Amino acid sequence: MFDVLSDRLRQTLASLTGRGRISEADVDVAMREIRLTLLEADVNFRVVRDFIVRVREQAIGAEILGSLSAGQQVVKIVHDELVALLGVGGRALQLQGNPAVISLVGLQGSGKTTTAAKLARHTVKLGRRPLLVAADPYRPAAGDQLETLGKALDIPVHRAPVGTSVVDIARGGVEAARRLVRDTVIIDTAGRLTIDDALMAEIAAVNAAVHPVETLLVVDAMTGQEAVTVAQAFAASVPLTGLVLTKVDGDARGGAALSIASVTGIPVKFLGTGEKSDALDVFHPDRLAGRILGMGDVLTLVERAQERGSGGTRAFSTRRAGGGLPSVQERPCRR
Amino acid sequence: MTLDPPVDVPAGDLDSGLSRSRGGFMSRLRGLFGVSAVREEAWEIAEEALIGGDLGASLAARVVASAREIRDPESPGAAVRTALAGLLVPRDPDWDLRPTVPGHPIVVLVVGVNGTGKTTTIGKLAIRESLAGRRVVLAAADTFRAAASEQLRIWADRAGVDMVAHAPGADPGAVVFDALDAGVARGADIVIIDTAGRLHTKQNLMDELAKIRRIVDRRLPGAQPETLFVLDATTGQNGLAQAAAFHQAVGLTGIVLTKLDSSARGGIVFAIEDHLKIPVRYVGVGEGSRDLLPFDPGAFITALYGTPGP
Repeated sequence: MFDVLSDRLRQTLASLTGRGRISEADVDVAMREIRLTLLEADVNFRVVRDFIVRVREQAIGAEILGSLSAGQQVVKIVHDELVALLGVGGRALQLQGNPAVISLVGLQGSGKTTTAAKLARHTVKLGRRPLLVAADPYRPAAGDQLETLGKALDIPVHRAPVGTSVVDIARGGVEAARRLVRDTVIIDTAGRLTIDDALMAEIAAVNAAVHPVETLLVVDAMTGQEAVTVAQAFAASVPLTGLVLTKVDGDARGGAALSIASVTGIPVKFLGTGEKSDALDVFHPDRLAGRILGMGDVLTLVERAQERGSGGTRAFSTRRAGGGLPSVQERPCRR
Repeated sequence: MTLDPPVDVPAGDLDSGLSRSRGGFMSRLRGLFGVSAVREEAWEIAEEALIGGDLGASLAARVVASAREIRDPESPGAAVRTALAGLLVPRDPDWDLRPTVPGHPIVVLVVGVNGTGKTTTIGKLAIRESLAGRRVVLAAADTFRAAASEQLRIWADRAGVDMVAHAPGADPGAVVFDALDAGVARGADIVIIDTAGRLHTKQNLMDELAKIRRIVDRRLPGAQPETLFVLDATTGQNGLAQAAAFHQAVGLTGIVLTKLDSSARGGIVFAIEDHLKIPVRYVGVGEGSRDLLPFDPGAFITALYGTPGP
């Protein structure tokens, strides 16, 4: 289904072969397909609407560079704008403070506990000594899960007796880190289902108590239109510092990241790319932009056409061998 | 850009769980569709509203197109609802889990991607069935995720039902085999199998699931397990690809739409029912142990698109 869509986008754009400047008619044709592509990638419809307006203005009358066709030039403008939106803010993990406190928040099932373990391993590789804190007293066996993961990584896990408040668990975690000489504390908070005032107040209280230097929102890459509401609700309760997009090893386009980045302005910091504890990748905006457009191959061809000068237009209509989604993990960074 | 502010959603029933989405776009729809002239703009907003509900852009366009063809509808809103209802699989209103082989337990196989709420759904289903007077055995066949069986154990204790589990990392097929044996030996009415969440793109894991299905067929021939696909209601367009892959691997018979109280619309189920002809059987509408309800298409559409009328 997605392949059909990106094929159609490919064909439409290939048919726009004008030279010189991009015409308004070309832009209109292209924007219809771009809109559909972004929507099928789960980018929020309001974000799509704004995006199309902005890109349309940029594209009309733009000069067509080098050997590009009008269609390719539009793709380049769209891609560059996507990269700019996805590339907002600093993506480096902040580790100031002793201990540096990192808090993970998000909806239930988004992958917070798995991400906590992956992040702990990541900080070990950075030369840190992390402590994991199990601050989800609601989901049955959430603490057991984190403890099992911690044991496998040889990273200590702070747990508190049943009935301890989440704020006290977090405080206790920071104290334990000082006692155990751990310089990084990673707090796994309870997932929430609804936009629930009580639970939002709870994570706000945790933030006020332990002042995390990073409060990362964990979002499933398969999330649909709802991503914007979720991100806004969390952003209204705690100062979010970054986004972790999980389950990117599936074939979801991950438009949720674009929705969240454009609406909240928080940077995407990591991608979860598998169930194993080392499957945490740093984020490259251009790879995700290619994936959202579902045509990373076309973008590569556009770049090649620019480099080579001529002959790019023929290559543009050629399908990438194998087809399917461009992988954000496997493709080397092109910049 | 303006976006709807977050609104409180009390958990509990389907109607309140969906009230947010209804307030979000149906109120706008209702305001725009005048009794007299149906304006082009109103249809566009209807389409956008459906897209906002995760129906997908192409399906939303199709729904609006067929709504426009309905002659003399009571109202445009009613036309959209009728078109939506037409996408759902016809179902028996009296559907329930029923044994297929006399003397054998009903087998329920629960599958889905990671984090959709399989274990929680099984816990709630166990409580539901147990309250209905059925003897339940749970099979902890998620031997991969850390502490998955501990999580299921807590639900088994809450429901007061038996559970069969092996050590972490054990062969999930062996757990299923033992659980079915236990089910037969103990005269259970129903055996519910929890499986590890897996992304539908991982072929080896999908093969493992197909193997579990074959073990059920071998141990209890003719059991025709109720194979439930658990789908998170916040899922976007990828939900269709997920359902298609699981259907191909194990043959789905039903869908459980979870987390409907998280202000999500769950519109992707229209695409799934339309493409794959698999009915939604249950919806999870809250965090309480009794928040698993049988799916009612009429109530779902009404809850999503407002009360019948304009």
